[in-house]
Amino acid sequence: MKKDIILAGVGGQGILSIASVIGIAAVNLGLNLKQAEVHGMSQRGGDVQSHLRLSDKIIYSDLIPYGKADMIISVEPMESLRYLPYLSPDGWIITNDKPFVNISNYPPPENVSNELSARKNSISIDADKIAKEAGSLKSANMVILGASSPFLDIDYGKLEEAIRFIFGRKGDDVVNVNLKAMKAGREIAEKR
Amino acid sequence: MQKLVLLGDEAIAQAAIDAGISGIYAYPGTPSTEITEYVQHSKEAKEKGIRSSWSANEKTAMEAALGMSYAGKRSMVCMKHVGLNVAADPFVNSAITGANGGMIVVAADDPSMHSSQNEQDSRFFGKFAMIPILEPANQQEAYDMVHYGYEISEKYKIPVMLRITTRLAHSRAGVSRKVQRPQNELALPKNLTQFVLLPAIARRQYKDLLKNQENFEMESETSGFNHYFDGKNKKLGIIASGLGYNYLMENFGAAGCPYPVLKISQYPIPVKMINMICNECDEILMLEEGAPIIEELLKGILNNNLKIKGRLDGTVPRDGELNPNIAAVALGLTDTRGNDVPSLVVPRPPSLCAGCPHIDSYLDLKAVLAEYTPGRVFADIGCYTLGALPPYSTVNSTVDMGASITMAKGASEAGLTPAVAVIGDSTFTHSGITGLLDCVNDRSHVTIFILDNATTGMTGGQNSAALGKIEDICKGVGVEENHIHVLNPMKRYHEENMKIIQQELAYEGVSVIIPRRECIQTIGKKNKDKKAEVKK
Repeated sequence: MKKDIILAGVGGQGILSIASVIGIAAVNLGLNLKQAEVHGMSQRGGDVQSHLRLSDKIIYSDLIPYGKADMIISVEPMESLRYLPYLSPDGWIITNDKPFVNISNYPPPENVSNELSARKNSISIDADKIAKEAGSLKSANMVILGASSPFLDIDYGKLEEAIRFIFGRKGDDVVNVNLKAMKAGREIAEKR
Repeated sequence: MQKLVLLGDEAIAQAAIDAGISGIYAYPGTPSTEITEYVQHSKEAKEKGIRSSWSANEKTAMEAALGMSYAGKRSMVCMKHVGLNVAADPFVNSAITGANGGMIVVAADDPSMHSSQNEQDSRFFGKFAMIPILEPANQQEAYDMVHYGYEISEKYKIPVMLRITTRLAHSRAGVSRKVQRPQNELALPKNLTQFVLLPAIARRQYKDLLKNQENFEMESETSGFNHYFDGKNKKLGIIASGLGYNYLMENFGAAGCPYPVLKISQYPIPVKMINMICNECDEILMLEEGAPIIEELLKGILNNNLKIKGRLDGTVPRDGELNPNIAAVALGLTDTRGNDVPSLVVPRPPSLCAGCPHIDSYLDLKAVLAEYTPGRVFADIGCYTLGALPPYSTVNSTVDMGASITMAKGASEAGLTPAVAVIGDSTFTHSGITGLLDCVNDRSHVTIFILDNATTGMTGGQNSAALGKIEDICKGVGVEENHIHVLNPMKRYHEENMKIIQQELAYEGVSVIIPRRECIQTIGKKNKDKKAEVKK
């Protein structure tokens, strides 16, 4: 088993929480893991990415080689396209389609979504809306994780376990909102 | 024991706790910050009484760590690469005093400048000081090397450098812990003049350091961290240091590398191993994460006939960090790069957060400076460096910690008046106070903004040594009380603030203006923590 995943977004959007959930589930399954993060200056509203690598064999590089990523999981549509050089020819893009506009020259959103739908394997969903329905806009990242879950080769129950472990400290309400958000995201991806 | 999933930084911290340190000293700096933070948040460290609060700067941190070593206990000092410049004086001299209790200096380099103003390679400094350097290739090795580092530090009575880079510091992987060692008892050096670097003593100690080089080299040959992997195809031999080894092996996976490989993770350079691979192979490829240090040594001036490929002949880019694809191309393998980034994707540079007090400070300053010719604002290292970008476009220099005040001073003395310095609260106590003293002593015509957001913001909101002390420090250094102003950087005080700034820019002496409002990130975090407490 090998999964190389690029997680993408804007500083503060919670991509590291997605990485933690997948990471904990993977480690509990006895897989090897490497996860490179971006700390420091870019976290201030800049583009951020994390390389998450899972394998049952030894993982050498902390960085995914270009053209080898199995998936790009993104919480922002334009950001999902920034990492195309990493995506393998058969790889999938799973992204939120809600733009995060904190720059004056953000491209017209319809051009971004056209660019995405022109890709071979891509799923765009309105994670913000689904997250709101699930109870909290903040859990949009978990909606995206849910939508990615059918492609992860990780038992869904293990992901739920990881959410309980990570958010347990914050109380049952937070755990349940995140579980609900992930479920809603998964259902949408399965329907497509 | 179950594996922990740790950042490289955290693996180093956990190892330091397990290896029996009594204290860790540091000033925050990406990518080294998380080492000290891990110790600060560790319950175990608290139970063991390990001291861990932030130092004012890297020099004070290094000296305190050396003091702890003098007293016989194990210490660690951590900094980013440019922090080692600040600490260079005690660092280089600590090689001559030597250590008593084990001492490890962690230098975290940032090739490709993800969050730094340069990409210098700290191995140069380690070699300069002539101390052993350890350069882990992965998180487990980082953990193991801390244990080994304290062993040789105490065996040879020498500080040891642990050199890491961003990708290791900020990447997570599973790490197994080793046996925990107790802390050392207080025990002064046998020779109480060991740390007295009077010329007569220093000359003797320096000779000891020179003599010790053969021991350090023997360690490099035998510790196991440097390893020669034989390969069938001798047309090429590869010398890979630190993370370079990972990027090399990524290209071969389970099949293994067909060429002989020398993995280097410990210095001084293992000369015998280098000779072996150079004698065995027709050509050498160098993969070094950082500067071409080993490569330059191998090439020398009198180039022998062996072909050495690497950063110097363009086989590998001369600057920036390595990655698996750079290694692939250097090996003559296909570049697997996928589709190009579509042209509609635009850069998204970092920016000041919505609600950041620096925004208002820059808008106040910019409005007043509109009356003057441009090019007179000297800034410093911190979030407020982003004032160089639109819509503020106010900043004309950012060089090193504290340089705002002293560069403004020099420019003002060259005739550029008024000259403005912009420095953060934590940067001010790191390296700004002595520059302010120079200004006061020369009565320089400078207006110094100390942006007080009550934290060390850029690195994630660590405690600021300046908290509650800035006015007293300025007064103590000799700034006239009526030229020290505290402003509230808020839209509604814009006009009021502008008037004060106008008046102080016109004053032909030293003025200090302190816009004071807490960092929006640390306020947010405090509120979140409070909410979580209430819910419990």
